[in-house]
Amino acid sequence: MSTSKRRKMVEATEIVKIYGSFRALDRVSLDIFDGEKVVIIGPSGSGKSTLLRSINRLEEIDRGKMIVDGMDIMDPKTDITKVREEVGMVFQSFNLFPHKTVLENLTLAQTVVRKRSKFESEEKAMMLLEKVGLVAKAKAYPGNLSGGQQQRVAIARSLAMDPKMLLFDEPTSALDPEMIGEVLDVMKDLAKDGMTMAVVTHEMGFAREVADRVIFMDAGRIVEEGTPEHFFTAPSHERAKLFLSQIL
Amino acid sequence: MLARPGRYEKLMSIDAKKQIIDVGDGAAIPRKSDRGLFTAWRIAFFGAIGTLIYLVQTKPDPYLNILKFVPDGILVTFQVTLGAILLAIVFGLFTGLGRISKNRFFNGAASLYVEIIRGIPLLVQIFYIYYALGRFVQVPPILSAIIAMAVCYGAYMGEVVRAGIESIHKGQREAALSLGMNGRQTMIHVILPQAVKVILPPVGNEFIALLKDSSLVSIIAVADLLRRGREFASESFTYFETYTVIALIYLIITLFLSKIIGVMEERVSVNK
Ligand SMILES: Nc1ncnc2c1ncn2[C@@H]1O[C@H](COP(=O)(O)OP(=O)(O)OP(=O)(O)O)[C@@H](O)[C@H]1O
Ligand SMILES: [Mg+2]
Repeated sequence: MSTSKRRKMVEATEIVKIYGSFRALDRVSLDIFDGEKVVIIGPSGSGKSTLLRSINRLEEIDRGKMIVDGMDIMDPKTDITKVREEVGMVFQSFNLFPHKTVLENLTLAQTVVRKRSKFESEEKAMMLLEKVGLVAKAKAYPGNLSGGQQQRVAIARSLAMDPKMLLFDEPTSALDPEMIGEVLDVMKDLAKDGMTMAVVTHEMGFAREVADRVIFMDAGRIVEEGTPEHFFTAPSHERAKLFLSQIL
Repeated sequence: MLARPGRYEKLMSIDAKKQIIDVGDGAAIPRKSDRGLFTAWRIAFFGAIGTLIYLVQTKPDPYLNILKFVPDGILVTFQVTLGAILLAIVFGLFTGLGRISKNRFFNGAASLYVEIIRGIPLLVQIFYIYYALGRFVQVPPILSAIIAMAVCYGAYMGEVVRAGIESIHKGQREAALSLGMNGRQTMIHVILPQAVKVILPPVGNEFIALLKDSSLVSIIAVADLLRRGREFASESFTYFETYTVIALIYLIITLFLSKIIGVMEERVSVNK
């Protein structure tokens, strides 16, 4: 549960993002506290990805203020790589580096960004592969892995940086149904370990089980926000009701 | 023969029937799947070698004499080609990176370079760089030839590099950035290693095109294959015979190289 005493990991105020003349985000404000798990849902095109991607500045916002881990990410003096070191991202399409082995995928940023030794980063990588159940695939190339395995490697790759927070953009949407569970299990473990998470997903079971707070977006705005109980049993907003009736 | 503007548009064009058509300057690269071309390659390659052997055996004078006279030139041709392609790759890398750079200065400089080079015939460029360099420093003709060829091909190589980089899915860049890598680290560790596989076949084509175009440097006192031929011909007045041999040697070399590149290309696509 979020209390105002806890430190804010993300502090987004009145965020506006405009593509051409289209407002993908329309004065969105959102705070995410340390250790909190926020699940973002909403219809296609409502701005979920845009919001998530503006947290690590993969999208540059046009107006508003975005403070992440105490750093104002739109301040020209802020080194954005410092923010990204602390905020990992998991993509719908995995985006593993195909020219590198699974192990190398996990060690690359550790050595290049965190300046860890080869030994130290490999040790860390193997520990994380064990955690996601893929030690046997350390020497394999991503192309030889199933979708579920690739996504678990991608999560491990993010974790290798010891991030304070992880962003997930529909991590299971590209997976065959039988592989969704294995990825969600890894994410649930992470949640138990206390990771701060912002998750865009259509997996309502996951939202119910893991989320501290559910955020419903529509047309670039946050239209409803609350605990999973509140949200799934008594949504107040018409759009949210409609969306839930379609998806559940 | 001379570098033509618009070559790359053609080189990279894809036919409606989903077959890639190479309209490069290089000899067509045979692939196993392409039976017709494969046999055409065989006929041309072994035909050229057979003809050369036949000519030398039946008429050693002048053919054997020509063949003994030109190997120095083949070596020089290879030196110029190899030197120029390596330098052109370096130029091309910077040009390609400049062309996709958000930095206005680098972007502008790279684009200007490409525009200017594309608009001037290679032969003119070779003359120009040779004499322009000569005003300031005394460089051996072969070095000035290498620089001239590299300056020209660097511009085309830049487009190849750019296309290669742009062919890498944007998710790769985003994944690297989201791990905290900066732009340079992302380019070096993630984008370029993948782009190399895309770039390799067109660079192979460039190499062959460059080897043929390198015959132009014979006009600035570089003793390449063509110039050695001219020297022999003008002393012995066997123009027809000499140029027959020269043409056959160029043909054998380019066909041989295109074969090697074809094999390399297949290897690369298998390793994907
Ligand atoms: N680069 C872009 N250029 C123009 N419009 C864009 C761009 N990226 C996103 N949009 C538009 O912004 C809106 C919000 O997009 P966003 O990807 O954030 O939606 P989403 O909620 O994640 O949807 P989905 O569930 O389909 O992933 C959409 O209407 C989309 O068309
Ligand atoms: Mg999305």
